[in-house]
Amino acid sequence: MTQLALVIDLNVCVGCHACVTSCKQWNTSGQAGPLFDDNPYAQDPTGTFFNRVQTFEVGEFPCTETIHFPKSCLHCEEAPCVPVCPTGASYKRAEDGIVLVDYDKCIGCKYCSWACPYGAREFDENQKVMKKCTLCVDRIYDMTIPAERRKPACVIACPTNARLFGDVHDPESEVSIAIREAGGYPLMPEWGTKPANHYLPRRKTKLRIHEDELVRADNPLRKEDIRHETGKDVTLDDWLM
Amino acid sequence: MNPAFSVIVLTTLIGVGQGLFLALFSSQAFTIVKVLPNQPNSYYALGGVIALCFLAGGLVASFFHLGHPERAWRAASQWRTSWLSREVIALPAVMGLVFLYALVNGVGLDANLYGWGLPDQVALTVGALGVAATLTLFLCTGMIYGAIKFLQEWATPLTVVNYFLLGSASGFTFAAAYAAFAAPKMVAFYAGWAITLTVVAFFTRAAALFRNARIKRVATVQTAIGVRHAKVQQRSMGFMGGSYNTREYFHGRTVLFLKSVKWIFLVLVFAVPVALLWAGWAGGHPAALMAAFAVQYVGLLFERWFFFAQASHPQNLYYQVVG
Repeated sequence: MTQLALVIDLNVCVGCHACVTSCKQWNTSGQAGPLFDDNPYAQDPTGTFFNRVQTFEVGEFPCTETIHFPKSCLHCEEAPCVPVCPTGASYKRAEDGIVLVDYDKCIGCKYCSWACPYGAREFDENQKVMKKCTLCVDRIYDMTIPAERRKPACVIACPTNARLFGDVHDPESEVSIAIREAGGYPLMPEWGTKPANHYLPRRKTKLRIHEDELVRADNPLRKEDIRHETGKDVTLDDWLM
Repeated sequence: MNPAFSVIVLTTLIGVGQGLFLALFSSQAFTIVKVLPNQPNSYYALGGVIALCFLAGGLVASFFHLGHPERAWRAASQWRTSWLSREVIALPAVMGLVFLYALVNGVGLDANLYGWGLPDQVALTVGALGVAATLTLFLCTGMIYGAIKFLQEWATPLTVVNYFLLGSASGFTFAAAYAAFAAPKMVAFYAGWAITLTVVAFFTRAAALFRNARIKRVATVQTAIGVRHAKVQQRSMGFMGGSYNTREYFHGRTVLFLKSVKWIFLVLVFAVPVALLWAGWAGGHPAALMAAFAVQYVGLLFERWFFFAQASHPQNLYYQVVG
């Protein structure tokens, strides 16, 4: 069983939105037709995006840390949006675990978006169907694209390499190793949705040094101190010490 | 959530239609065992047609919620997993059985099916199937909301109970008003049950309000982004012009507005209709019974708006600050 997913390294993400724009560019140019864009160059622009970068602040000034947080569909293994769909338009592919919407079957009732705790689905007001991240399914299997570029548009666009793409069910894949060795975690695990996408936490390289390691408390010379009385007779040792 | 007017109208109208049908069926069942005075079959036929109109009105309203109403037939396919799909099947089933019930009563079709020698056996058989379908529809409607565990205000058995009781109460209230003109001797039965259902619904709806005021949130901003710190604040949601996420899940009203809607519906759905039903029943004023229904229905629109608006979606954790 394959489960394709993204692993996003929050330690590396600089919040540049390159993944947002490249995602929009690729997915608005595909066979499914353009993504909704209302007033793109006027007041109150709004539109459908599959990917957003948000910014959070952790702590209180002056001890704060800024976290740039890219958010897209997590392609949950127990996707709650799929069983609620009344038409079967929302489905999870058995072969690679990608959660997709069949735009020709969707009736636009929005029930799936209510059933997603992450807000990963965005309605297309022009086509009147629900849309979401496809993991660039029209790109990753396209044999006309060079093999090394058969990855989601956001992964290729990321200038800091914060986004990894691969099969999280293969224990030796790049993403599985990253999750395992760099503390990858899923979002809102309390809902039991088992998100396939994982996030790598902010990491700081620190070395813990105990005082004992700086000041030698257990001098072996003292341990092996043999300056004890060996006899009543005066020996050579007494003259040496 | 941002309440959708089409869904508010759908759920309140089919509630009245289902409740009215339950009222008609139960009164007809009581007449054959002589607990209630006999009525001509045309009385049940006309009542059934009115119930059908309420149900059809709800069905029409539901189409306004869809982006592609022409594909609505597809929604019947996923009944194995989706409560919405089950509702899509149950609603036409109820409408078909209510239509048959009205038809059987209208043409006076009868047969001694069970050898009891009592009248209306065919009508009551069709009606019993209709009752089963009606209760199923209440269950489906309630579970559409009750089954989404992320919306903690909805994820309680009280949701199903309230859909059933509020729909039934409004249907019996309408039946009391209808009987005031068509069968005055039945008013006491309908009004009595309408008051009973309204009072019971008050307690279950109040229980839901009580529960929802004390919800302990499962998801927090900490679990949303996976950072364990007492103080995590959003600084930017990543865009400034709004999106589906900022429109669909926020009602955009003040806390005070929400609170006032709650008190309005508590008065209009429960207090005023009970008083009017009592006045209409004891005083014999058909106008009071009609007013009871009108007030209760308007109150239910407020109640349903509040039901949607009160539900807080966990995705809102990601959309707290524009920038």
